[in-house]
Amino acid sequence: MPAVALLVALAFPDAARALSASDVQELATGDGDERVEAVRSLAATRDPAARRLIEAALSGSVQSSSSARQVFVVVDGKAVDAATGAPVAALPADAEDLVVNNRLRRVLETALAVFALASDDREERAAAIAAVEKDPQSVDTALLDAALAREPDAALGARLDMVRAAAALASDDRAQRLAAIGRLADSRSPSTRLLLLPFVERNADGAFRESDAELRAAAQAAIGAIDDRERTSRLAGAVFSGVSLGSVLLLAALGLAITYGLMGVINMAHGELLMVGAYATWIVQDAFRAHLPGAVDWYLAAAIPAAFASAAALGVVIERTVIRFLYGRPLETLLATFGVSLLLIQLVRTLFGAQNVEVANPSWMSGGIELASNLTLPWNRLYIILFSALVVAGVWAILNLTRLGLFVRAVTQNRAMASCVGVKTRRVDTMAFGLGSGVAGLGGCALSQVGNVGPDLGQAFIVDSFMAVVLGGVGQLAGTVVGSLGLGVVSKFLEPWSGAVLAKIAVLVMIVLFIQRRPQGLFALKGRSAEA
Amino acid sequence: MSTAIPRLAASGAGSSGGGESGYGHLLREGEIDVSHRVILYLEDVSVSFDGFRALDALSLAIDDGELRCVIGPNGAGKTTMMDVITGKTRPDAGRVSFGQSIDLTRMRESAIAQAGIGRKFQKPTVFEQHTVWENLELALKGERRWWRGLAWRTTLDEARRIDELLATIRLEDEARRPAGLLAHGQKQRLEIGILLAQEPRLLLLDEPVAGMTDEESERLADLLVALEGRQSIVVVEHDMAFVRRIARRVTVLHEGRVLAEGTLDEVKADDAVVEVYLGR
Amino acid sequence: MNAIADLARAPTRRVAPPPTALFSRTGWAIVAAALAVNCVLVPIAALVVPGTSPFAISAYGLTLAGKIMCYALAAVALDLVWGYCGVLSLGHGLFFALGGYAMGMYLMRQIGREGVYQSDLPDFMVFLDWKALPWFWQGSDSFLWALAMIVLVPGTVAFLFGWFAFRSRVKGVYLSIITQALTYAAMLLFFRNDTGFGGNNGFTDFKRILGFPVAAIETRVVLFVATGLALAGGVVACRAVVRSKLGRVVTAIRDAESRVMFTGYDPLPYKLFVWTFSAVLCGIAGALYVPQVGIINPSEMAPANSIEMVIWVAIGGRGTLVGPVAGAAIVNGAKSYFTAAFPEFWLFFLGALFVAVTLFLPRGVAGLFRRRGA
Repeated sequence: MPAVALLVALAFPDAARALSASDVQELATGDGDERVEAVRSLAATRDPAARRLIEAALSGSVQSSSSARQVFVVVDGKAVDAATGAPVAALPADAEDLVVNNRLRRVLETALAVFALASDDREERAAAIAAVEKDPQSVDTALLDAALAREPDAALGARLDMVRAAAALASDDRAQRLAAIGRLADSRSPSTRLLLLPFVERNADGAFRESDAELRAAAQAAIGAIDDRERTSRLAGAVFSGVSLGSVLLLAALGLAITYGLMGVINMAHGELLMVGAYATWIVQDAFRAHLPGAVDWYLAAAIPAAFASAAALGVVIERTVIRFLYGRPLETLLATFGVSLLLIQLVRTLFGAQNVEVANPSWMSGGIELASNLTLPWNRLYIILFSALVVAGVWAILNLTRLGLFVRAVTQNRAMASCVGVKTRRVDTMAFGLGSGVAGLGGCALSQVGNVGPDLGQAFIVDSFMAVVLGGVGQLAGTVVGSLGLGVVSKFLEPWSGAVLAKIAVLVMIVLFIQRRPQGLFALKGRSAEA
Repeated sequence: MSTAIPRLAASGAGSSGGGESGYGHLLREGEIDVSHRVILYLEDVSVSFDGFRALDALSLAIDDGELRCVIGPNGAGKTTMMDVITGKTRPDAGRVSFGQSIDLTRMRESAIAQAGIGRKFQKPTVFEQHTVWENLELALKGERRWWRGLAWRTTLDEARRIDELLATIRLEDEARRPAGLLAHGQKQRLEIGILLAQEPRLLLLDEPVAGMTDEESERLADLLVALEGRQSIVVVEHDMAFVRRIARRVTVLHEGRVLAEGTLDEVKADDAVVEVYLGR
Repeated sequence: MNAIADLARAPTRRVAPPPTALFSRTGWAIVAAALAVNCVLVPIAALVVPGTSPFAISAYGLTLAGKIMCYALAAVALDLVWGYCGVLSLGHGLFFALGGYAMGMYLMRQIGREGVYQSDLPDFMVFLDWKALPWFWQGSDSFLWALAMIVLVPGTVAFLFGWFAFRSRVKGVYLSIITQALTYAAMLLFFRNDTGFGGNNGFTDFKRILGFPVAAIETRVVLFVATGLALAGGVVACRAVVRSKLGRVVTAIRDAESRVMFTGYDPLPYKLFVWTFSAVLCGIAGALYVPQVGIINPSEMAPANSIEMVIWVAIGGRGTLVGPVAGAAIVNGAKSYFTAAFPEFWLFFLGALFVAVTLFLPRGVAGLFRRRGA
C-alpha cells in the first residue's frame, strides 16, 4: 500500500490533494488494520483537509453514520461532511462517535507529526521529529524523503535521516534494508535498538527470524555499535554525576580542610556554616524579588559575597568566643562546636521556621546540554563544578600567594616559632578560621542551587565532608580535592548496582578500611617519627 | 640488700649462660643467643623518607655487655637508628638482629621490648598521671599478658625491687607524687628507672643527660659505667663531657652511615670527623 | 639487677605500695545505700504506697527513672573508654541500639499472634510480604538466646571494629570521626526495610516479656530494679577494671602509648578489652532501655545521639565513673523538663551546655567536688 500511495503522489500531485471518500469511510468504520491504512493514505495526501480531519479525530469530534455511509466532523454542534467539507444540515439519527483506541491514537499522532514536518517553525519540526522517532515504521518513506529534502536545519536533518533509515527497515527492497541498518548504527534514538532486534532474534523453534545472514550480521554490528555508545554515555553520565556530587562535597570539605586540616580545629558546626551560607542566599534572593524584580536573575552576584561574609563573620565570632580557649584540645573543641551547631540549628528554626525555604535557580541556570538521548548535563550542576574549581583556586592562591597564607602555614607548622618571629598567631587563627567558615558559606550558597535549604542542611554533609578530608590526608588541599571527587565518583559508580543507601554504606566502610591501612590519608607526608 | 643479690643473680642466669658454648647449644625460651659475643647487629640497614635517606646501608655491631656511645651531627640518623632497632620504623632494606637468632625487623615494639631491649626517649616520657611508684610497678619485668592484669597483686619481692629502684634513681621522696608533677631532670631519672625495672639486656639511651644538673649527670655516668659488663648500653649524646666520662668505644654517624669508630681520642683525631663537625 | 642494688647509695627505704581496695568504706556504704533504695524503697513506693501519698511513684516516674538509669549505664561505659583509655567514641549509640535491637527481636516474637495481622511473623514482615523468618531471626523467641545476643552482638561488632582500628593505631580525633561514620553507616543500614529490622519504624507495640505484660506496674518495677542492679554492677565492674593492673596499663596507654609499648606491653589487647567491655555494657543498657520505653528504631543510632552521650560524661566528669551517672541524670532530667515545658528551648539549652561545660567545667561536676575536697 505505501508503494501505491507513493506512486499516486508522484504521478498525480494534484489528484492526491483530494480526500478519497473511501479512506474517510474506512477511517470511520473499518476494522483496526483498515483504519491504520486509511490514516496513512490520508497523511500521504498532505492535504490540509486531511490534517483537519486527523486533528478532529484526535479531539473526538468525528462522527459517522452507517445508514448514510457518511462521515462528519462536528464542531460546536455544526456538522460538515468529512470528505467534501460541505455543511450538513442535520446529523442522521444513527450518527455515533468515532472511538479512538490507543493504537489508532498513536497512528493519528504520528500522522499529525508528519504534517508538522513541513512546518516553518524549527521548534515545531523538532517536536514532530521527536514524535515520528517513536514509531518511524508507521510513516511513509516517501513523506520522510520529502521532509528530508525540505529540512534546512542540519541537526534536524540528521535525526530525520535516522527516522528515514528506521522506516526503510520495513522496506521490501533488501538493498534498502541493508543500507538502512548500516545507517542506523549511528542512531542516537533509544528506540532504534528495538527496531534492529528482530533481525537478530530467534523464533521459539530456534531458527532466526531473519533468514538473510548478511542482514543479520549487519544488524548485529549496528546493535553492538549502539550498545557501545550507550555504555560510553552511561559511563560519562556516572562520571559527571560523580564529579558533580564530588564538587558539592568539595565545597563542603574545603572549609574543613582549612579549619581542621591546617589549624587542627574540629569544627562540628561546619555544616551549620554551610546552612548559614544557604540561608544568606535565600535572604538575598527574597530581597531581590521584593525590591529589584527586574534583576532577579542576577541575585547570585550579591548572594555569593553575602554568603561568604555572613558565614565568615559567624566563624570569627565562634573562634573568638569558643574555639580560642580550646586550641590544642581537639576532643573538647569537637564537643563545644557540636554545642554551637545545636544552637545555630535551633536559632534558624526559631527565626525562619523548621520548614525548608525555597531557593530558585536563576533562569540561565535551568535546562542543560543534551549530549545524548540518555545524557543531559544540567547547567546548575555544571556551574557548581566550575564554581568549586574557582573556589579551590582562590583558596590555593590565598594560602600560597598571600601573606595571610604564609602566616597560616607558618603557624600550622610551628606555632611557637611563628610567634617568636613576630606573627600575631591569634590574629592569624581568627582570620584563618574566618576564611574556612567563609568558604563553607560559599559552599552553602552553591548547595542552595541544587538541594533543599532547611535547618538540617548541614547535618547531612558533616560526616561526608569529614570523610573527604580524612581520606585526602589532613592538611592537604590537593588531598581534599582528590578525596571529595573520588568519594563522589565512587558513590555514583556503586549506586546503579547496589542502590544509594548501600553505596553510601559501602563507601563509609571502604574509607574506614582505607584509614586502617593508611592512617595519614592519601596524601600523607612521611617524616622522621617524632617522639612519643 | 644482701638477700637481694643471690635472687637477682639467679634470675639473671640468661646472661651468664649465653656465652659459654658455641654452635649447637640449646637456648631456653626467651634467651638471647650471644654465642659470638655480639648482642646487636645492624647490617646494611637503609631507611628513607620521601627520598631523604635517613639511614644509608648502616652496619653496626654492639658486643654483649658493651657500653657504646654514638655521636654525630643533627640529621645523622641517630634517632632513626634507635627507631629501627626498637621496631618503631621498619627499614627499607637490611637486617637487624638481637643476638644471633632474633630478627627484630619482623617484631612489634612491645615484643622487642619483651625480648630485652629498653629505650629512653629524647624527651622524657613517663606515665604522667601515675605516681612514681606506679610507673616503676608497671615497668617491672614480669607479666605482660592482659588477662593476668585483671587480677594482679604486686608481691612483696616486687615491692622491694621498686624500693631499690627508687633509691637508685633517688626519687624515694617523690614516690607518691604523680610523675607529671616532677621536674625535667627527675623525669629523666624516672625514665631511666623505668628502663632498669624492665631489666633489659640492651639499653638504648637517647640524650639521657639533657636537662640534668651536673651532679645528676655525673651520677648517671657512674650508674652506666657500673652497669657495663652486665647490660649492653648504647648512648646517643651530644654532651661531650658526658661521653668522655663513660665512653669506651665511640661510633660517629654521618648522613646515615658510620663515619668512624674507635676510642674517643681516635675518632677526634679522624680527619673525616673533624671535617663533618667543623666544616671546611 | 644487683647493679641497681649496689648503686643505691642510700640504704633502701620501704615505701608502702598504694592501696588496692576497690572502694573506700564510705564508697561501699554509698553503693549499699543506693542498692537498698533501688531494691526496697522504690518497689514499696511504687507497689505498696497508695497513689495519693506524696511518697508514691507513678508508672511514668518509674519509667523515666529507669530510662535515665539505662542512659547512666551507657555513660559509665563511655567513661571507661574515654576517661581511662582516651578513646572518645562518637559511636556508642550504635552499641546501645544493637543491645536494644537484640532485646527488641525477642519482644517482637513475644507479641505472638496478637499483632495487627495476627500472624506468627512480626507485623513488619507481613507488611513486606515475607513468608518466613530470615535466618538471623532464628532463635529470637528464646529469652536466653536474646540475653546471649545482647552481649555478643555489640561485643562482636566492637571487637572487630576495635581490632582493625587499634591494630593500625588509629587514634584521637581520627578514631572519633570513624566511630561516628560507623554508627552513621549502621543507621542507614537499619533504615532499609530489606535489612530485616523493621526499617524506620523499628520495633514497637510490645506486649509481653517472659510472658508478663510489659505495661503492668509489677513488670515495670522488676525492670527498674534490674536496671538499678545492672547500673550498680556496671559501676563496680568498671571500678574493678580501672583499679586493676590492666586498668593502670590502659591509663598509661592513654598518657604515653609509645612508652607502654617500649616497656613491653602490646597495647592492642588492652585497648580491645576495655573497648569491647564498654560496648557490651552499653548493649546491656540498651537492652534494658527497650522494654521500658517500648520502642527501638534506627534514630537511636543517629550520630547526634552518640554525641549527646558524650556530654553526659563530660558534664559529670570524665574519668570518675560516678560523675557520668550524675551527668546522665542531670541532662536527661533537664531534657524531660524542657521538652514538656519549653520544647523550642531544649536545643538552645543543650547546645549552651556543651559549650559551657567544655569551657568552664572541664572536669565536670565531679571536678567541683574534688576541688572542694582537696
